[in-house]
Amino acid sequence: MKHAGSLFFVLTGIWLVWSGHFNPLLIGFGLASVLLVLVIVGRMGIADHEGAPIEVLPRALTYAPWLLLEIAKANIDVVRVVLSPKMPISPSLFECDSTQKSDLGRTMYANSITLTPGTVTVEVREGRFKVHALTNAAADGVKSGEMDRRVTGVEGQA
Amino acid sequence: MEMALDILSWLLIACGALLGMVGGIGLIRLPDFYCRLHAAGVTDTGGATLFLTGLMLQSGLSLITFKLLAILFFLLVTSPTATHALASAALSDGPEPLLDGSRAKRRGGGSSRN
Repeated sequence: MKHAGSLFFVLTGIWLVWSGHFNPLLIGFGLASVLLVLVIVGRMGIADHEGAPIEVLPRALTYAPWLLLEIAKANIDVVRVVLSPKMPISPSLFECDSTQKSDLGRTMYANSITLTPGTVTVEVREGRFKVHALTNAAADGVKSGEMDRRVTGVEGQA
Repeated sequence: MEMALDILSWLLIACGALLGMVGGIGLIRLPDFYCRLHAAGVTDTGGATLFLTGLMLQSGLSLITFKLLAILFFLLVTSPTATHALASAALSDGPEPLLDGSRAKRRGGGSSRN
């Protein structure tokens, strides 16, 4: 019920922003569409902690700035490597641990790794990721496990 | 005030465009498929974020700002998924990744041929 409620608010908000019309007729159409979607989602049984992960939202909001900062730093590193005449790359493929318990947490961690330039998650298994890194510095960043800890913190006891 | 906002916005757009270009340069310069993914990552994250933030400053506080924010959000969620799909497909049935060890070997092989 909590998830269906959050889904209702998110979908209504999206309808309002996307349409930009605030007359009763179009808002009525929007509400009807949202309710129809909720009925379908309810019948499919996917309005759960994975389909509408509202519990992780507050913790994700504190994780996002840190991730953006990491992305910015990694961007600068990769730009420096690409533009330097010698191109000091040392590509490596290695495995790292993931301590997340749910698919949602693993998805967040794998996407966070891929989102930071210089590292790409190539293979995802339970508890074990295969990561391709462009430089040793980028590889060490993942191996330090700080991102893993933070994502596990975001995931919480879902 | 408006002037400063305009300058900041164009600065962001210019930096975003520059990062997009650097991603393109990396795509050409880097040696193999897996390394090129990292260059594409620069365009996907840094380039898109700076560019869209610059556009947000141009649009002021309106519905367009929220739409741009949504575009940025979806871009940041979907692009690593696409990158992962590409990388995973390539690893299972594609070119072997060029690793540091094999690169040194190949370089040695190249010089002996010359």
